[in-house]
Amino acid sequence: MSNFFDKSDLTRKDVDEIVSETLKNCDDGEIYFENSKSESILLDDNKIKSSNYNSDLGFGFRAISNDVVAYSHSNEISKDALKNSAENLKSTLKSTKGTYNHEIPKTNNKFYDDINPIEQKTLDAKLEVLNKVNDYLRKKDSTVKQVTASFSGEQKSIEIIRSGGEALTDVRPLIRFNVSVMLEKNGRKETGVYGIGGRQSYDDYLKNDNWKNVCEEALRIASVNLDSKPAPAGEMKVVLGPGWPAILIHEAIGHGLEGDFNRKKTSAFHDLMGQKVASEGVTIVDDGTIDKRRGSLTIDDEGTPTERTVLIENGILKNFMQDRLNARLMNTRSTGSGRRENYKHIVLPRMRNTMMLSGNQTQDEMIKSVDRGIFAVSFGGGQVDITSGKFVFNCTEAYEINNGKIGSPIKGATLIGDGPSILKEVSMVGNDMMMDPGIGTCGKAGQGVPVGVAQPSILIDKMTVGGTKL
Amino acid sequence: MIKDQEYLKSKASYCLDLAKKLGATDASVTVGNSISETVSFRNKVLDESNRSDSLAISIETYIDKKKSSISSSNLLADNLKTLIEKCFETTKITPEDEFNSLPDKELLAKNIKDLNLYDQSHLENDKKIDYLKELEETASIDKKIINTESGFTENKSNFILANSDGFCNGYKSSSFTASCVTVAKNENSMERDYEFTSKCHLSDISNPLELGKVAAEQTIKKLSPKKIGSDKISIIFDKRISKGFLSFFAGAISASSIARGTSFLKDKVNQQIFSNSVNITDKPDLIKGMGSKCFDSEGVKTETLNLVNSGILNNYLIDTYNGKKLNLKSNGRSGGSTNLYFENGKVSYDDLLKSYSKILYVTETIGHGTNLVTGDYSVGATGFLIEDGEFKYPVNEITIAGNFNEMFKNITLANDLEFKYSVNSPTMMIDGMTVAGK
Repeated sequence: MSNFFDKSDLTRKDVDEIVSETLKNCDDGEIYFENSKSESILLDDNKIKSSNYNSDLGFGFRAISNDVVAYSHSNEISKDALKNSAENLKSTLKSTKGTYNHEIPKTNNKFYDDINPIEQKTLDAKLEVLNKVNDYLRKKDSTVKQVTASFSGEQKSIEIIRSGGEALTDVRPLIRFNVSVMLEKNGRKETGVYGIGGRQSYDDYLKNDNWKNVCEEALRIASVNLDSKPAPAGEMKVVLGPGWPAILIHEAIGHGLEGDFNRKKTSAFHDLMGQKVASEGVTIVDDGTIDKRRGSLTIDDEGTPTERTVLIENGILKNFMQDRLNARLMNTRSTGSGRRENYKHIVLPRMRNTMMLSGNQTQDEMIKSVDRGIFAVSFGGGQVDITSGKFVFNCTEAYEINNGKIGSPIKGATLIGDGPSILKEVSMVGNDMMMDPGIGTCGKAGQGVPVGVAQPSILIDKMTVGGTKL
Repeated sequence: MIKDQEYLKSKASYCLDLAKKLGATDASVTVGNSISETVSFRNKVLDESNRSDSLAISIETYIDKKKSSISSSNLLADNLKTLIEKCFETTKITPEDEFNSLPDKELLAKNIKDLNLYDQSHLENDKKIDYLKELEETASIDKKIINTESGFTENKSNFILANSDGFCNGYKSSSFTASCVTVAKNENSMERDYEFTSKCHLSDISNPLELGKVAAEQTIKKLSPKKIGSDKISIIFDKRISKGFLSFFAGAISASSIARGTSFLKDKVNQQIFSNSVNITDKPDLIKGMGSKCFDSEGVKTETLNLVNSGILNNYLIDTYNGKKLNLKSNGRSGGSTNLYFENGKVSYDDLLKSYSKILYVTETIGHGTNLVTGDYSVGATGFLIEDGEFKYPVNEITIAGNFNEMFKNITLANDLEFKYSVNSPTMMIDGMTVAGK
């Protein structure tokens, strides 16, 4: 555990006093201390291109009066810096008449270990794996023209101090291993990317030469794309494979169910609570409690324990994801979804691991039922316009379906749909739910946070595919 | 108050001295401080205030051709000592890379021009609030506007870049940014749009009334959109989208993508890649320019580059490391382009709209559908259908697709270039793209 005050003129008692005094008539608020250590090591173009180590320390002080949030952060941990921040908060919230709500539920559950993944493996050992990846891929296939492989690891220690002296702490490990390969054949170039990660040590991921599986998968995707044809353009049926394609759920539905957009009535879902928003058989949860997953958290960034929140149950909208601020203003409770990228940012309601649960059908049945459409196996990024509900995502591996059979691979195309109606177009839900490999980062209001997704194979009756072939 | 040059210099020289003492053959340090204050409004009342005071240091140490780097926000002497020791130890075991080195001494910037990038004016939060009140009042005049959000950010930064070859320079800069997002609703749809202004000097930012009015008008125009059928059609890109193509182009001609062989523009220097009416310039010394730089992130002097002349690619954007790999000299573009723009075309905006009887006018794209390796492009789009030069109706839930190799050759530019951001483009038309819709 980090001791945030041992190199400063600040004592724990000073912090308690300043926090209690500043938040006296506020409705909520806290001071959040963060100490993060991170590394990234990159192999590219046959060489170790960079090895970078970062250590970051700072605090963010937040005071809330009704629906107004005042925030101030600094990376100088000193009495002066804290007092300056307190003054800044008071100058925004000139007269406050709030009631400070001290209640924060407690938890004894922990979803990851107190480890520092960076220290658990020597730099030499990490460099060795990256070099092995490079040699393995280049020897394996002569069309390999470029290999990029990277490790990134982080340990983030946080302490939240609330008015009255209540303190909550968490230590969060996170790692990621990524391989990207570019092939060139007959003048054509294509890339394939694959990665794994989560809240454990590097060794947990790399045992039994698991790095080879990551290489194989990146190579497979790139090879498929070398033979791809231009994608079709227009409305058609789409079968989504299990796992990572759940980024569709994340973009199309997830963001629209975050508390802030609904309190502000800017989400297309804000007046649909209790109503049917998806086909029968569609159940979606957002779960922060899955052991060692990338999107899991023991407590959120306001100190609330995370939970498994049912968002849509059998097609009916049940819950939004809430942080403390939006929950209070909407007369409900926090779902432990209050997150921030780091101490430089305010808390927002965010997703954790967003999952569509399994149904009864098989992927085979779905493919067989499609006369003309596409089968999308993997995606790059996606994006949503919360207000209009329109969302997109980009295929990185997809195939044509003709007369119930999978055909040629097709070039990366964008799929576009309408969030509030897309789940009503789901006509089959598979029995093969799978988690993504632990690679997602969600961006919102300029803040990136690690997230997970999961889903079974699904059949969507109508989506627009943005290819070039009419 | 923002840290002064003396403070930043003392931190930088402490790090350089220590790295040298430990045995580093070369070292380079960047120290920066940035203070920003933001006030946000929502539906005509205060929503949020945010003050940010950030210090950052990054250090690279070299042992001959071995290199490693660290960064931190904790500038206390004992922390810096621990980090530099760690960095040095890491450097020792990092493999050599023959292209690693500080920039060539003769390329380092010597005469630092004053580009007037810093305005010391400070706008108290109460004044920011007054600005946003006026802005939102104007934005919400029309009843169809059901939600307004706006923000005002004042930012002041200072930095020092120093290396063991004696380079030690830095300067202050400032920015003032105001933005407005409005949501409009009618019986058919709910739509969102925005407008913003960002300048180095407070006196140059747009008037709040103008900003609010433009945001509201743009949003209301988008109500009741239709989906159009799939088609091959000419597309006009609004300035705020066409400038994005320039950013993509800058990525494709960066020496790192070229050296790695992962750009569709590799080996295209001296070749026709755009239609012959297209000229692209990168000008670092624009007075008060949002992208202006006296030197690049390695200290190398920057000069104006005519990247594309009559459609022919003249130059890549080159940094030291990738330059050495390509056997080219750095042209001061470590960290990317500066003030990058398409020079004006010959057609007026109005005439461009009349180019064909039916044109799609795109005002927003979503998704990350650009592929640097192949040049393939496919994104979600919203905009308007234009018939005989007139805006007919809003369009959404469509995608547009093409490949930059062909798209670049089919560009027609209007003559309405303005210098508003660091990347600027006139309105642009591209023929022969595919729209996927109904």
